[in-house]
Amino acid sequence: MIAEAGHYALVLALALALIQSFVPMIGARLRDPALMNVARSTALAQLLFVGASFIALVTLHVNSDFSVANVYENSHSMKPLIYKITGVWGNHEGSMLLWVSILALFGGLVAAFGNNLPLSLRAHVLAVQAWIASAFYLFILITSNPFLRIVNPPIEGRDLNPVLQDIGLAVHPPMLYLGYVGFSISFSFAIAALIEGRIDAAWARWVRPWTLVAWIFLTLGIAMGSYWAYYELGWGGWWFWDPVENASLMPWLAGTALLHSALVMEKRNALKVWTILLSILTFSLSLLGTFLVRSGVITSVHTFANDPTRGVFILLILCLFIGGSLLLFAGRATSLKQGGLFAPISREGALVLNNLLLTVACAVVLFGTLYPLAMEVLADFKMSVGAPFYNLTFAPLFALLLLAVPFGPMLAWKRGDLLGVTQRLLAAGVAGLVLIAIVWAWTRGGSALAPLAIGLGVFVIAGAVTDLAERTGLFRLPLATTLHRARGLPRSAWGAAFAHAGLGVALIGIVCETTWNSEYIATMKPNDVAQVAGYDLKLDGLLERQGPNYREMIAQFNVSGGGEALSVMTPSKRSFTTRGSSTTEAALLTRGASQLYISLGDVTAEGAIAVRIYHKPLVLMIWWGPVLMAFGGVLSLSDRRLRVGAPKPARTKQRLQPAE
Amino acid sequence: MTRKQRRMTIIGGSLAVLALAAALVLNALRDSIVFFSTPTMVAEKHVQPGKRFRLGGLVQPGSLQRGDNLAVTFEVADGGAKLPVAYKGILPDLFREGQGVVAEGALDANGVFKADTVLAKHDETYMPKDVADALKKQGHWKDDYGAKASGDTKPSGNPKPSSDAKPSATTAQGNSQGAVR
Repeated sequence: MIAEAGHYALVLALALALIQSFVPMIGARLRDPALMNVARSTALAQLLFVGASFIALVTLHVNSDFSVANVYENSHSMKPLIYKITGVWGNHEGSMLLWVSILALFGGLVAAFGNNLPLSLRAHVLAVQAWIASAFYLFILITSNPFLRIVNPPIEGRDLNPVLQDIGLAVHPPMLYLGYVGFSISFSFAIAALIEGRIDAAWARWVRPWTLVAWIFLTLGIAMGSYWAYYELGWGGWWFWDPVENASLMPWLAGTALLHSALVMEKRNALKVWTILLSILTFSLSLLGTFLVRSGVITSVHTFANDPTRGVFILLILCLFIGGSLLLFAGRATSLKQGGLFAPISREGALVLNNLLLTVACAVVLFGTLYPLAMEVLADFKMSVGAPFYNLTFAPLFALLLLAVPFGPMLAWKRGDLLGVTQRLLAAGVAGLVLIAIVWAWTRGGSALAPLAIGLGVFVIAGAVTDLAERTGLFRLPLATTLHRARGLPRSAWGAAFAHAGLGVALIGIVCETTWNSEYIATMKPNDVAQVAGYDLKLDGLLERQGPNYREMIAQFNVSGGGEALSVMTPSKRSFTTRGSSTTEAALLTRGASQLYISLGDVTAEGAIAVRIYHKPLVLMIWWGPVLMAFGGVLSLSDRRLRVGAPKPARTKQRLQPAE
Repeated sequence: MTRKQRRMTIIGGSLAVLALAAALVLNALRDSIVFFSTPTMVAEKHVQPGKRFRLGGLVQPGSLQRGDNLAVTFEVADGGAKLPVAYKGILPDLFREGQGVVAEGALDANGVFKADTVLAKHDETYMPKDVADALKKQGHWKDDYGAKASGDTKPSGNPKPSSDAKPSATTAQGNSQGAVR
């Protein structure tokens, strides 16, 4: 019953989405408020029905109803409850259902909180949302229905892929989807603006918070995925330039550019056409990411099943939306009026440079991702484009961007004073140079690029601090004034400083981890001692243990540093009976921002075990950086001017005052 | 500065960044791309020792030998030819004889492939796509394998003809965890 109810709810959601696709559009054409308001109720009802459908699937998984194919394929009655729930999106059908649920959630949020939007704009935005939703409901119902029954229900399920049985699955996909799908809102706003042929600074103020929300989740989702890969895959890698990772990085790069260009549009009413194009491109890249991951074009851990019809269907959706929106853009963009003049050296100019470098870096990643696919289809030979390619292309472009980051916020709007800013950033530059010198002296002989990159990271962080110090008059004015000013500073200024500092933090982490990572691989017998980066790791022994749906072998290591016992680390190897496969559970020991990392290999005939021990200096900074960026995003989101309804009351008050 | 001049500055700047990116990409394409080969392709074309490439195929059953200190050797075969591979380190969890594997490295002077990375993906049913395609092309693709691989259920990487789908999986389950019912 539950499965049928879930299926039916999904069909109803499709019907609602179809109504939402057309009725508000007709309403906007006829200027009929009743018809335009249909969008609001259908969007909310749609959310209700998709939500019901999603809850139905969760219930089926929790109840281990193996008469449903999706549950049978991906669940097991002995699986812990948390993995029964997260397993819902640990497979193709379920993850697509999560995708549309989040799409409906964003549509519902616009409907619920978009009361200050002009009626026709809201109607158009929700209609465009419904187009996307309809396409994906059809995709799910036709090619990947999660509610299909099995005629002869088996007694036990086939269990979830062991690698996915981890808390990471509870966090990473929902976060990532909130990011991916969140960009659909800016896309819908862009299309709505093109249809209406009208766009102004207020438009940017409406779009920015949505973009920011999506960006925050995408940032956290990517960081979470990277940390998950780091501790789960057993060899301490945190980024592989895998096409699937690139698929999430590209919308992030484009979305970051969009955040900055929307800023120019909001404050100075310039870069309108570019902002619209960027909104379209960002969501197109999200769709491309969905296609790459879901179609089976690329085989990876993320590809749950390969079915050609699914690939073709998503490709059709992709072409329809990207092609259609770009055509509309080409036809309508010229009608948008340009505004806001600015000199090349100004805040606007800096943001243009930011956009330029981000989009070009994004294009490079796109090229690296699609080139091997294209060559395989056209020239019939295979190749892989990996880290060496991106180190030579993406890294220099990003370094250039980081070099410019501290200058941006300190330049004035319209016309900036580059010399003055350089003088004010002198302290930050000096801090960077001093650190370069120290690191250079300390590592003599290592890669010359590493100290430079660390210096760059310090420069970015110090630049963010300098910007705040300049704005609050730190050290120039009395402390009380500074504090008062700091309180009065817009939250978005704090947000920008945190986000920019986060970039520097992540860069330092990345450079330290890749340059000074030490590795120790050997077979160890009980009581053997491994020495890695000043730590002694003594293997105490091996023991076996039975988990809920697996058996595991645990190795116990006593870790000591400088003659002092520190901790016990217990890496393990789990074998899952149902799927006959095993996973390596690495053990991590955090010391400051650095980590010791142990993962196990096979046991040899003599009872020794192969171990892999890493010392990863400052590795945690790689993920602290994105967390800082996301925190900056949240601060910026809480800025006064972005609060719902903020722009309107100010004006009405002014008008009312004379009457008093 | 007039409006036109400003626009030209921006366009000029954009072109400069694009040109820089294009130069970087072209430069990177010259030597940082790794090509994929199978043992047959290696045998047919003369591959320079020291030239990095990715080797894909099936691990020849019975060829895996473990030496001292985590050194391993095995052979990678694709039905047409075999190539010896030497590797030092921990093999991935899912490395098995008779299963697909992708190794990255270069040939040494004796024609042994020195691998510095061995990849096996994280699902026991996974056969690296490159390997599957190469085997298909050479006609070593077993039909039941293909049917399963493109089917809706998880493809089984095990090329043996008997299906291990529902019945055996359930019984195995019933035995090992008989306490459930």
